[in-house]
Amino acid sequence: MPTIKELAACEDRLAGGHRLCAGCGASIAARQVLLAAGDNAVVTGCATGCLEVSTTIYPYSSWKTPFIHNAFANAAATVSGVEAAFKGLKAAGKIPADKKIKFVAFGGDGGTYDIGLQSLSGAMERGHDMVYVCYDNGAYMNTGIQRSSATPFGAWATTAEVGKAQQGKEQRRKDLTSIIAAHGVPYAAQASISHWRDLTNKAEKAFNVEGPAFLNILATCPRGWRTAPDQTISITKLAVQTGFWPLFEVEDGVWRQTVKVPNRKPIEEFLKPQGRFKHLFKPENAELLASVQAEVDRYWNYIERRCAE
Amino acid sequence: MAEQKIVATTGNSLVAEAFRQCAPDVVPAYPITPQTTIVEEFAKFVAQGRVHTEYVTVESEHSAMSAAVGASAAGARVMTATSSQGLAYMWEELHIAAGLRLPIVMANANRALAAPINIHCDHSDIMGARDTGWIIYFAETAQEAYDNTLMAIRVAENPQVMLPVMTTLDGFITTHSIDRAQLMDDETVKAFVGEYHPENALLDTDHPVSHGNFAGLGGTYFEFKQAERTAIDRSLGVIKSVGAEWSAVSGRPFDVVEGWGMEDAEIAIVVIGSTAGNVRHIARELRAQGVKAGVLKIRVFRPFPFVDIAEALKGVKAVAVLDRAESFGAEGGPLFLEVRSALYDCTTRPAMVNYIYGLGGADVKLELIRRVYSDLADIAGGVAEPSGLVYLGTR
Repeated sequence: MPTIKELAACEDRLAGGHRLCAGCGASIAARQVLLAAGDNAVVTGCATGCLEVSTTIYPYSSWKTPFIHNAFANAAATVSGVEAAFKGLKAAGKIPADKKIKFVAFGGDGGTYDIGLQSLSGAMERGHDMVYVCYDNGAYMNTGIQRSSATPFGAWATTAEVGKAQQGKEQRRKDLTSIIAAHGVPYAAQASISHWRDLTNKAEKAFNVEGPAFLNILATCPRGWRTAPDQTISITKLAVQTGFWPLFEVEDGVWRQTVKVPNRKPIEEFLKPQGRFKHLFKPENAELLASVQAEVDRYWNYIERRCAE
Repeated sequence: MAEQKIVATTGNSLVAEAFRQCAPDVVPAYPITPQTTIVEEFAKFVAQGRVHTEYVTVESEHSAMSAAVGASAAGARVMTATSSQGLAYMWEELHIAAGLRLPIVMANANRALAAPINIHCDHSDIMGARDTGWIIYFAETAQEAYDNTLMAIRVAENPQVMLPVMTTLDGFITTHSIDRAQLMDDETVKAFVGEYHPENALLDTDHPVSHGNFAGLGGTYFEFKQAERTAIDRSLGVIKSVGAEWSAVSGRPFDVVEGWGMEDAEIAIVVIGSTAGNVRHIARELRAQGVKAGVLKIRVFRPFPFVDIAEALKGVKAVAVLDRAESFGAEGGPLFLEVRSALYDCTTRPAMVNYIYGLGGADVKLELIRRVYSDLADIAGGVAEPSGLVYLGTR
């Protein structure tokens, strides 16, 4: 396990100068994951979204790895094809049998939890040797903060508005990490950009397993969360400390909490600094705020139970 | 001319055989009627160890073409097959495969589109894909389906072209009926198709490249599309020269449009796909009666061979275009619109009629074709005026 000094000495595979917003969590997630690939050759795929659009404005590219963007729904299927080509060309003797390449696909929560779920499920089931990374910022941020199935219960989004008749998103967040773990993949984990060591450990494990691996990484979107750019890391740290985003991994079917939170902070501490939860703090929404805490508790207890099995 | 084995088999079987002989590195596969037996037969080749291909059994046609795009960008030779709803489900990926200039070859079993659901032949699916940037071949017979597939890989991978190619065959009629065909030996095919040497491959990790960048700022998207247009226009010459080469090897003639009795024809039918046989049969019958009937079969639909078609039809008095697809709300079926456009610049233009026929596998009986020629004879003889769009053979 490399130290932060060693990691800092590695070459970034996502160059600076891209057009992501100040304080964007997606680029941090991508850089931390790629650092964990070490010296291995890496081929990167990307679903349509902020990360892709902002890093590949023709004729420029921020990617120091071979890179492919295909469409919104199919980063997993596309990288499946790339990985299959690697096997096929090896079988044909057109690539040396001992050549090693790591394959990684990045998608936001819209491209992963929603439109890309079928493609992701297919790729995981077929067992391609690839790492799929979801940078979860809890909405369709690239198209302007529309709700996704990863949007937390009670959050404002432009398609889950706040008004007299509705107070933000009315459904709970889809638990994608558990869904992927249920595929029986060798490695699935939930991580946060605030916990760099936990995240890079998980990414290293994901790269090292034979077969498909999945990382769900909480990554702040200052525009969508209505937070200041310098709050990016502190806010994701609060997500972990309040239990909103439990950090766990599922390795060969064994569930384990990787960061314990003995004294969970109240969910308000995560919600309060974010403009998207502002309405929850109106006196008339006290009950709703309690429901948000109840939903966080429910999920936390579920993960604790799974990890105690 | 190389020696060949005479076989009795289906179009789908021959397409699977052609795939095997081209030795693709990756075949992403998803089943859809009536394409399925292509990927089933190919699965057998994989199981028997007769190909090195990485066979990816994807969960949908969208992912089939997505994986094909990934694999082709990676530097692999990629082939797949689909039909109907599956082709429609691939639609956004068809554009991406062409836009990224990836030489994927795909067989399409031409089939009707829902609703109402129907599994039988017409050209609604493929006509929906006609403007996606793919080169499109049509086959009349199993033999043509086989020949087209082998030529397609050469055209697609030509450095002057670098575009995906669809080789289509009519659902159940050509895909499933037993037909007589000549099968080339593996070595001759291997020598003909050659090896694929990709440029800008993702797997060349020492030379990183980006595929599918965002070209939305600075207006470069427009120039990319212009380059795509140049490439597909240029492909016509490559299609013809590869066709001539395959003719020399196989002994079977090939042209983008193939006429029968067109030299002195006064009335002619323009047709694509399996119906060409029926039309030729009736034209032969009419010729025996002294009627100057001709048939113009179109074998390559994209790029549309405007000049060849205009040249073939310019002296004809009356022309009927048979469309096995609708273009709802348009002034005729898709083939009719293009053929009429091809003739617009000719100094003398034939009278033209459009017949929509055989949708969803409706029977194409010989008497229907006879009726079309009889209508044409009336128009050519000045007895009748060209009617508007005719639905041929509906009850």
